[in-house]
Amino acid sequence: MGRFILTRILSAIPTLLIVSLTVFSLMRMIPGDPAALMLGDLAQPGQVEALREEMGLDRPVAVQYLLWLGNVVTGDFGLSIATGDPVLPELWDRFTVSATIVFAAILLATLIAVPAGMIAAWRQNKGTDFAVIGVATVLLSIPSFWLGLMLLLVFGLWLGWLPIVGYVPFSRDPGLAALALILPVATLVLAESGSIARMARASTIEVARLEYITHARAKGLSEAAVMWRHAFRNAFAPTWTLIGLILGSLLANIAVIETVFTIPGLGRMLVDGIYARDYPVVQGCMLYIAFMYVLVNLAVDLVYPLLDPRVTA
Amino acid sequence: MIARARRLPRLRLNALLGVTVVVLLALLALFGPFIAPYDPLKLDLPARMSGFTAQHWLGADEFGRDVASRLIVGARTSAWIALATVAFALATGTAIGVAAGYLRGWTDRILMMVNDAFLAFPGLLLALGFMAVFGASRNGIIVALGLAYMPVVVRVVRSTVLSVREREFVEASRVTGNSEIVTMLRHVLPNCVAPVTVLATTMFGWIILSESALSFLGLGVPPPAPSWGNMLATARPYINQAPHLIVLPGLCISITLLGVNMLGDAVRDWLDPKMKT
Repeated sequence: MGRFILTRILSAIPTLLIVSLTVFSLMRMIPGDPAALMLGDLAQPGQVEALREEMGLDRPVAVQYLLWLGNVVTGDFGLSIATGDPVLPELWDRFTVSATIVFAAILLATLIAVPAGMIAAWRQNKGTDFAVIGVATVLLSIPSFWLGLMLLLVFGLWLGWLPIVGYVPFSRDPGLAALALILPVATLVLAESGSIARMARASTIEVARLEYITHARAKGLSEAAVMWRHAFRNAFAPTWTLIGLILGSLLANIAVIETVFTIPGLGRMLVDGIYARDYPVVQGCMLYIAFMYVLVNLAVDLVYPLLDPRVTA
Repeated sequence: MIARARRLPRLRLNALLGVTVVVLLALLALFGPFIAPYDPLKLDLPARMSGFTAQHWLGADEFGRDVASRLIVGARTSAWIALATVAFALATGTAIGVAAGYLRGWTDRILMMVNDAFLAFPGLLLALGFMAVFGASRNGIIVALGLAYMPVVVRVVRSTVLSVREREFVEASRVTGNSEIVTMLRHVLPNCVAPVTVLATTMFGWIILSESALSFLGLGVPPPAPSWGNMLATARPYINQAPHLIVLPGLCISITLLGVNMLGDAVRDWLDPKMKT
């Protein structure tokens, strides 16, 4: 068990290095000289060279990468070109905003979609099953940002039940902050439930065919006991991996939801950085989101043995 | 055989709905400019944000442009981008996957290292990064999304090639004196057709969704050219005055995705018996 955890943690390190190299190379491919971009059109000829030297842009690319990596490891993500502020503190602030929404949404989506998918599987090819699979397929096909706009239109504008302001810091007004989170969270819950329910259904059907389930039934256990005590853990394991993947990818995909509800989150920071050609911000966001994705998947893998003890062997 | 017959009704309904939507999309994409009642860029300022009228039967947008025409031409944009992107991802992904799986050794190791680096980026992130490099443009999206989805193709093709290359018929091809390239093209590659077809159908849906998301973020199809995603983006400030400008493009995306997803399920049931549920 300890060995499994250790090897799994160590195996994340090369991935993180390759991810950082990819982000660095990608940023080097952006057309234009970062130093010239920072100084703008009014720069004197000598200034650009001086800044290039100061930023280390005159050094070999490999040296630049190592210097940058060294800075990143020590928590220095550089300064934003637009504001001049350090990137990391803002990344952290924005991350907490996005993460609150993403975690709440994934938790609720799991609590709703996993039982729905399992019940559908248990009632395979009956009315309940068709209803669940139908709703799941429809939800899977609705783009989350459009769903968000529709919920905003109906519950925010027409019915006026919920605020449309999107985001209020908890420190300012906890009640309003919670209320403002309902629409974005509900959007993501609906948008992500489809794929989770379908996965839960498919893996439950797979497990339900196995002999130990027949054996459990033959012992005379009730259907509910067979499903929750015997089938659940094995059926949930693949769904758990999918939930991890969704959780990680939402940190990037949430940009569209943050746009709909004007939420100052991580995804929006990245998109605004791309508009403004603020390359330290883009680089920081990409690296941060990709690192989080790797870490979330690592965490998911570390919990996996609790669901399925066979994987440590 | 019995099991197959019993599954047939649902499969047929899925496939039928999926095929209908995809055929409709193809027809709109091919003949859109001839069907569209107006030029999608033509301004009719007196009709700004009008609802459903005899003149503009799906209303007009914030510049008085005809919504029906923009939706029809937007279908062409989405379909063309998705098709080109799938083709790009399949061509590059299959070439790299076959090379890695068949040649093995260092080629495989280096290709897979780069591939896994790409796979380590979640969802839209890699596409957003590429858009930062290429800038928002039609060809930019195709290359950005193509490169973002290529690694999945590489994985699928490589694993199929790895499982096939040791089989007797491949050995037989070599023994009878066929060159490595002939063996690869004639005997290994055809085995990738089924898994790649399943993947391509699914990918078509992902790409329509990603393209509309990028366009919605202002990093996809640049206005004034219509795409379903950028129509949603430009109509967002007017959501209260003219909700139909938001409702209609989203419905188009959702119906298209529903059709593509159903077709995808049907294709998977048909070609990939292991995934059958």
